[in-house]
Amino acid sequence: MRRNSWLIHLILTVACLIIAAPILFALIKASQTRAAVNSANLIPGTLFFENLAAAWRQGNLGNYMRNSLLIALTVTTGKTLLSLMAGMALVFFQFRFKPFVFGFILFTLMMPIEVLIVGLFDLISLRPPSSWEAFATWIRNPANLVQPAQFGLGWANTYWAIIVPFLASATGTFLFRQHFMSIPRSLADAAKIDGAGPLRFLRSVLIPMSWNTIGALAVIQFVYVWDQYLWPRVIIQQSERQVVQVGLNLIIGVGQGTQWNEVMAGAIIALLPPLVVFILLQEQFMRGFALSENK
Amino acid sequence: MQGSPVFKSRFLPWLLLLPSILILLFFSYYPAIQSFVASLYRTNLLLGTRRFIGFENFVALFTGPFAPAYRQVLAQSLLFSACVVVFGLAISLFLAVLANQPIRGARVYRLLLIWPFALSPAIAGVVFSFIFNPEVGLVNQILSATLGIKPRWLDTPVLAFALVVSAAIWKNIGYNIVFYLAALQNIPRELSEAAEIDGANPVQRFFAITFPMLSPMTFFLLFTNLTYSFFDTFGLIDVLTKGGPIGPEPFNNAGLTTNLAYKLVQDGFLGSANLGVAATQSIVLLFIVVIFTTLQFRYGNRNVHYGG
Repeated sequence: MRRNSWLIHLILTVACLIIAAPILFALIKASQTRAAVNSANLIPGTLFFENLAAAWRQGNLGNYMRNSLLIALTVTTGKTLLSLMAGMALVFFQFRFKPFVFGFILFTLMMPIEVLIVGLFDLISLRPPSSWEAFATWIRNPANLVQPAQFGLGWANTYWAIIVPFLASATGTFLFRQHFMSIPRSLADAAKIDGAGPLRFLRSVLIPMSWNTIGALAVIQFVYVWDQYLWPRVIIQQSERQVVQVGLNLIIGVGQGTQWNEVMAGAIIALLPPLVVFILLQEQFMRGFALSENK
Repeated sequence: MQGSPVFKSRFLPWLLLLPSILILLFFSYYPAIQSFVASLYRTNLLLGTRRFIGFENFVALFTGPFAPAYRQVLAQSLLFSACVVVFGLAISLFLAVLANQPIRGARVYRLLLIWPFALSPAIAGVVFSFIFNPEVGLVNQILSATLGIKPRWLDTPVLAFALVVSAAIWKNIGYNIVFYLAALQNIPRELSEAAEIDGANPVQRFFAITFPMLSPMTFFLLFTNLTYSFFDTFGLIDVLTKGGPIGPEPFNNAGLTTNLAYKLVQDGFLGSANLGVAATQSIVLLFIVVIFTTLQFRYGNRNVHYGG
């Protein structure tokens, strides 16, 4: 033990407390009565579950949580699956235009939602063409693709709008590609000599060797999707389809009437799912992502 | 990977790639092209009219009627990002180095330092807006009881700016520490021990060994933090300040905590519904991202992850 280790302990303890302070504060306030919550009182109350129940029912929190959970699980699964497939194609197969395809996927890293939002909003919210004939006439003229859009998918206020555009992942494809490239050639060759086809190889060799990458990707994507705010805020106008990140702000509402104890209970519940996923998969995340960054 | 790839099939690789390619084509490339197209039109949502005006929106944004507000937003975005990156990385590096020391309970400290990774900017905004609420917030309750003052945190330009910066740093500390800890564990301990035997004190050891060894990671985090402060802080700004109060001259053309991404969404979707100008701003943002990424690939020798 070093001489000054007590100093390190002191600094780290203080830092951990400061980092945790806003959430500890929210937790305390979430358990207090309506009278106590608007005072400087920092003694924990006993009403956490009552406040939560109030937000859950009157504030629509249950609805928002269900929507977020559905969307986060679907997108995380879809992204992981699609990037696994794309990574496998890019490493274990030979085909024409491979560098071009990889570049095509990687280039979308430079297109965050803010850059796409005007075009994506039109694509998702405009009405679909009234008939196949109308669509056929439209598509037959390629110049229409560089005209302002006339047709869209008509997905505003649906779950499709928040799920489908996010199913592919450049980050995921890249991570799987990196990981697959580190798998020894001899293993793949041996599997082939043993008569394993590509799908058998995927099931019995690749997936069992990829749990760290899968776990890391699941953490990144789940946290990313769960915490998403801008896109649902813009494309979803009906509160029964809204996600919890935006919904919490709706519970705050406007004016003097905010029940802060209920809002804080909502905030605590809304941050639990990504936190639980992160803590459970922390080891995989470190090994599959953070450390692999140093290659 | 050396040698020829393992499996030979003409259709299977394309079948595996097809879903990703289709989704990216329809929901990334097509909207990007459409955003560019929209930037060449003047759109009136109320009348439902669209008129081709060439690059007039770009001119309006940089030298025309939108220029004063846009230039202010550009300047304060850079200031905002500089604060978030510099202070955020300095604090994270300091804490990561301490948590990497061989002390008892290091694992617990590490977990307690990195958990805000999972926290969302919007929830950070919700909690901060209660803590700094002028009437019922804890900070003003304490300040009014002790000093008799009640600052209007979210309506006072400088305070609102400082508050958004602090909340943004707080939310991202966990992410930075995760990566610094990972990089620290890859530095061979012998280096530090050798320096210690040579009589270097901890501060000297940090600047002579640890900091240079960490510089690739610092470089990587520099860009991920820039991206974070430019784009991912939208929820925080929207919940906490809605763009913030108008600042003092010459910052009196837009809310002081409005950054480029917030301005884009504000102009296109949250009120003025000026889609042409919003689309123009999104093309400017695309250029900024391309510059960031080019710099990172050119000088970084490592690869990008935006988490998307």
